[in-house]
Amino acid sequence: MNLSNHTPILILAVPLLAAFLIPIIGKINKKATGIFATLVLGLSLIFTIILAVKILSVGPQIYVFGAKSPFLTLPSGLKFPIRIMFQVDAMGIFMGLITALVSFLGAIYSLAFINKNNGVDNYYSLLLLLTVSMFGMEFTGDIFNFFVFLEIASMASVSLICYRGTDLGEPVEAGFKYMVVSSISALMVLFAVGIFYGEYDVLNIAAIASVMKHSQLDKIALGILVSVLAMKAGAVPVHMWTPDAYSEAPAPITMILVVASQASLYAMFRVVFSLYNITLNTLAVGWIIIIFGLLSMFIGVTMAIIQKDIKRLMAYHAISQTGYMLLGVGVGLAVLANPTALQRYGITAMEGGIFHIMNHAMYKGLLFLTAGALFFRTGTRNLDKMGGLAHYMKYTTIFFIIGAAAIAGLPPFNGFASKILIYESVYKFNPLLSIIAMVVSILTLASFVKVFHSAFLGPKLPQFKEVKEVPRSMVLAMAVLSCIIIFFGLFPDLIVKNLVHPAVMSLIEQFKYTNTVLGGM
Amino acid sequence: MIGNFPYIAVIIFIGLGIYTLIFKRNLIKIAIGICLIENGVNLFLITLGFRKGAVAPIYTQAPSGQAMVLPTPQALTLTSIVIGVATTALILSMVMMIYKHYGTIEVNEVRRLRG
Repeated sequence: MNLSNHTPILILAVPLLAAFLIPIIGKINKKATGIFATLVLGLSLIFTIILAVKILSVGPQIYVFGAKSPFLTLPSGLKFPIRIMFQVDAMGIFMGLITALVSFLGAIYSLAFINKNNGVDNYYSLLLLLTVSMFGMEFTGDIFNFFVFLEIASMASVSLICYRGTDLGEPVEAGFKYMVVSSISALMVLFAVGIFYGEYDVLNIAAIASVMKHSQLDKIALGILVSVLAMKAGAVPVHMWTPDAYSEAPAPITMILVVASQASLYAMFRVVFSLYNITLNTLAVGWIIIIFGLLSMFIGVTMAIIQKDIKRLMAYHAISQTGYMLLGVGVGLAVLANPTALQRYGITAMEGGIFHIMNHAMYKGLLFLTAGALFFRTGTRNLDKMGGLAHYMKYTTIFFIIGAAAIAGLPPFNGFASKILIYESVYKFNPLLSIIAMVVSILTLASFVKVFHSAFLGPKLPQFKEVKEVPRSMVLAMAVLSCIIIFFGLFPDLIVKNLVHPAVMSLIEQFKYTNTVLGGM
Repeated sequence: MIGNFPYIAVIIFIGLGIYTLIFKRNLIKIAIGICLIENGVNLFLITLGFRKGAVAPIYTQAPSGQAMVLPTPQALTLTSIVIGVATTALILSMVMMIYKHYGTIEVNEVRRLRG
């Protein structure tokens, strides 16, 4: 048996089995569960890197469960793509790398952060399940499986948001909001799956894409899918769950939740580009996505400025940054039917948007972790009650400066690299959009200056005399993220050329996606 | 026309569910609203696979030449029902925890997170 052919399933299977082993290990030793989960996620990260190298050098991979080919051949010679399968292309593995890295670092950070005695095993078990479901959403080639993984993701993340709910009411309130939103969106996805199945008799995404007629029913399905996936990703008209859920979850979970929202965003891009692509009225749909993006950017940042709770402030920034991704990819979609414009600025805009997904996962993860570190030592998230913490927490201060500079788009950090791509290309599409994006960036900087000033600067406060630097595992996770941010900021070309460009091309060139599965037909 | 009745029922189910979610102020009723939407979607899937006068899709036991209903939507619906049970259980357990901490399940009073 050649193990390297089975990497796509091993990435999911190892954490999935470990998730159900953890309660047993927890019976023997509670402390061991954290180390075990970290090791498993590290293994999964290694598998993801192996798969990424293979995909970027050889091409998209498909993994069919229980058979060699995705087709079932009838005695009469007819072939149907009915098997359950994973289809991983450059875009899927791009998201997979983010997921693997962030969940691994989240587990390392949790080793010291989650210090409650009861429920530690449940925490790690759910963390692994959440990771598995995100991988599933990104790798699956079957639209019904996508629904299943979406439901697993929402259940695992809701339980994790409510993790502190045994002592407090607020986490449960936030979890309830998120649960309502995510169950509605999952059910509506299932409704759209029903429409596709009724129309085309297949559930395979590539097979649906190849027979897509763009009838009235398809338009309804598109409307449902785009709106509910935007809702899950936290774009503006339905963003109300985001600040609550992000601020009440434990800090490492917030970092992973950001990636879970981006998995929904990925699914939305997958639907628009791989499922519909050129059959759409791309200009109209592109503008709808751009307007979602603009609203998210602007409302997110204006709401962030007035917040006093540090994690709530950062959660509103997460909404605002999602807007940049929607803007970049929306511009790419709007000019998809126009080859010259696509070559001139469409591809660059999409590269900016997709690269921003990765950068956002890194710097917003780092910022949430620093907020978690402050909460860990001071016990408060209220900015008015903090002050002078730079005296006691030197490493955290440095990490916060790096994260804040990256989110505001200052040059040597990675936020600048993706934002400049978006500004330049969007300016050629419509100058006004680019100007709004820059204004939002300035407002972002303003609000982070406020956070920095009120949390870290100032004289030593008597009530924080006992505060010291956070434990080593938390510093390690933040340090790794800071190194990645600086590396991406210094060598953006390396990442854009090797990871982001193949991802963008695999979205734009729909026939590649369908041919991977249907090539033998 | 009579064959379209299930689809009308689907629309009524989902519409009632969304109405409950938007206008009802009780957390238990919100949970019921989600169940209604779920039932509507499940009915939609089952209806898609139905054929008039067809038998259950058990390949070895069906009389030859007899039309069978489509098995795939039934498999999808089973999966969806199982997931729905888990979702409902999770939502109801959260309602219990909210009642424990807040002493009420009225939406207007469960509002500590704002701004």
